[in-house]
Amino acid sequence: MAKHKTPLLDQLESGPWPSFVSDLKALAEERTKNPTKIDFQIPVDVVDDLLGLLELSFKDGATHWKHGGIVGVFGYGGGVIGRYCDQPEMFPGVAHFHTMRVSQPGGKFYTAEYLRNLCDLWDLRGSGMTNMHGSTGDIIFLGTRTDQLEEIFFELTHKFNQDLGGSGSNLRTPSDCIGSARCEFACYDTNDLCFTMTNDYQDELHRPAFPYKFKFKFDGCPNCCVASIARSDMSFIGTWRDDIRIDQEAVQAYIGGELKPNAGAFSGRDWGKFSIQKEVIRLCPTECMWMEGNKLMIDNKECNRCMHCINVMPRALRIGKDRGLSILVGAKAPILDGAQMGSLLVPFVKAEAPYEEIKEVIEKVWDWWMEEGKNRERLGELIKRQGFQKLLEATGIAPDARHVKEPRSNPYIFWKEEEVEGGWTRDVNEFRKHHLR
Amino acid sequence: MAFISSGYDPKEPMKNRITDIGPRKYDEFYPPVIAKNKGAWLYHEYLQPGVFFHVAESGDKIYTVRVGGARLMSTLLIREVAEIADKHCGGHVRWTTRNNIEFMVDDEKKVAPLVKDLESRKFKGGSFKFPVGGTGAGITNIVHTQGWVHCHTPATDASGPVKATMDVLFDDFKNSRLPAKLRVSLACCLNMCGAVHCSDIAILGYHRKPPMLDHEYLDKMCEIPLAIAACPTAAIKPAKVEFGGQKLNSVAVNNERCMFCGNCYTMCPAMPLADKEGDGIVIMAGGKVSNRRSAPKFSKVVVAFLPNEAPRWPQTTAVIKKMVDVYANDARKYERLGEWAERIGWERFFEKCELPFTHHLIDDFRDPAYYTWRQSTLFKF
Repeated sequence: MAKHKTPLLDQLESGPWPSFVSDLKALAEERTKNPTKIDFQIPVDVVDDLLGLLELSFKDGATHWKHGGIVGVFGYGGGVIGRYCDQPEMFPGVAHFHTMRVSQPGGKFYTAEYLRNLCDLWDLRGSGMTNMHGSTGDIIFLGTRTDQLEEIFFELTHKFNQDLGGSGSNLRTPSDCIGSARCEFACYDTNDLCFTMTNDYQDELHRPAFPYKFKFKFDGCPNCCVASIARSDMSFIGTWRDDIRIDQEAVQAYIGGELKPNAGAFSGRDWGKFSIQKEVIRLCPTECMWMEGNKLMIDNKECNRCMHCINVMPRALRIGKDRGLSILVGAKAPILDGAQMGSLLVPFVKAEAPYEEIKEVIEKVWDWWMEEGKNRERLGELIKRQGFQKLLEATGIAPDARHVKEPRSNPYIFWKEEEVEGGWTRDVNEFRKHHLR
Repeated sequence: MAFISSGYDPKEPMKNRITDIGPRKYDEFYPPVIAKNKGAWLYHEYLQPGVFFHVAESGDKIYTVRVGGARLMSTLLIREVAEIADKHCGGHVRWTTRNNIEFMVDDEKKVAPLVKDLESRKFKGGSFKFPVGGTGAGITNIVHTQGWVHCHTPATDASGPVKATMDVLFDDFKNSRLPAKLRVSLACCLNMCGAVHCSDIAILGYHRKPPMLDHEYLDKMCEIPLAIAACPTAAIKPAKVEFGGQKLNSVAVNNERCMFCGNCYTMCPAMPLADKEGDGIVIMAGGKVSNRRSAPKFSKVVVAFLPNEAPRWPQTTAVIKKMVDVYANDARKYERLGEWAERIGWERFFEKCELPFTHHLIDDFRDPAYYTWRQSTLFKF
């Protein structure tokens, strides 16, 4: 018998899509029955009360969670988010209900054993509810009490060799796409670069010293499956600078219909016979492809590596061999001055361990932002406020036509004195000898 | 319950303390076929929606079955995922960046039993636990935020509208009939932990009433200068107020200048905005993050407000379903929703999707607004 009636939430149990309500109810029931005799370290009815509180929000059309309190583990400034409900008497089980962010492994690969270990820990010391995963990428432990925070951290680090993730004004837990682990489009090892940057910058991740949050995301190719270009202050997008590799026999197999275009990703509708002219050559944004007899030709120098042709004919076309990544900076959601997309800072850099060249750019950007950024000013906002030129100066990167979509349409250039012949100091009396008042 | 110590000694927090070790290394968790063929994959192909395989230079293959799931997930369900991973996949599994779960096997013969097993598992209430799909030219799982289940600033719920929307879009999760992939995202407030601003369709929670002022507690709970500085439109100023015969330090809000972003509330809990009638949903459309054919784009506001209709948000899901169906029938192959809208023109988009165009949809926020007005005669009747 459920502790609280939830008539509104119950309506979300029907329909085909996995119902979080059914899942919550199942866990509430399991905790009540407790078949494995767990000595729960937080209230046994925590999930019942979470359902009750959520039902109240569905009825009231508003949240019942208060602002976070300052809780955490010793020596870290992030990784734990304090959370208290505003109806503790009605729902004592969730009166204290803090979040812990657990740093996720690259590519979000797991073993069953590791998942069970986390579940054992979280059933004993927390609510048993999680997010797989949070928006930044962490495994989210949703709901425990203050006295359990150090205990959980101790067990994570001692038993499972596992650390917390970031929160607050620090480096947030970096995240990556699956990369070369299982994707032929990946231009670098996203799992390794993400892991290396996460570990090399543990201090920045755990101890807030930045003006505001800072996110790294690692995309293996311009398809951008982790949305780094929209969601990270520093976005690392794989690319190449030599030629797309062509298998002419496979091209013919696509034309002849033996191979399914788009790897069969459009199977739900009959789009008619595949036409390489219509579906590839005419849709190439730079018009750098053509057929010469039975041969597909690409003017690689003119290609901007949009991935369309490779996505359509993955068995015929492959990314080049001279691979690396582009770095874009300053993406963020709309708070406060409107959303920003990442802007290109480094067109190409090799992505090979130990990644010293990449770290040099990161650290120069951080030095500038920490010196010049205002409280709660994201990197993208600082770049807008001071100008892209300032970022180039701070990073020592030479201006390049690739940095802009188009040059400026106003001539209001902030010339520096040393750029102007003769400097700015002039003698007005000398001037007047030739120009009467 | 008796307190069980982990070994941590609160009197000596630094004793045996382990810190700064980071996440577990990725390759500890790779399935053997991934570890062997990493960096040497040749191509991939879909067998059916949700099922695909990759072929490596070595000739090895890996078959992946992708299933949708709620990102709000119990240990009970995670244990079931682990059980399936043990039963079919040698104890390995992974999650995608969009809250899907991927089960991988190294032999085509293992695919059908795995799919059958996954599709047979249902919750008590009747919904699928592990629906197979979410690949190719269809709709995959919705990335989203916490909502009413765990956040202090939301203007709508997250898990509820996501469940309601995915129920309505379920056929397109199981099918690949669309002209291109279509990504739906939800953020329960403007902070956008879910960063929905570059999605084909975005569901965004939004407040519409200025903050209330809890004068009695404001100066006690908040740093007033931080609350003032937090306002992007300079609508907040310091004020002295009379309360219970006392003069208290507080703030005044110029309601006309408020854009309801909630940034003041983030800095000052004594300025709550949430409201049953005021809060609701903004629908945005036409964004993308991929560089394929055209540059990444922001989503545009196409519906200024829809009320929070818990538990199933019928108006929100109806607008989304309509947009998806019109796009499916009207767009050319490979056109993302935003590319289609740009080709036919946004005036045609509103007409075809039967959405009213109101003054709320014309940008009036600072400089970028000008660049969204039409500086040409190139429009359609």
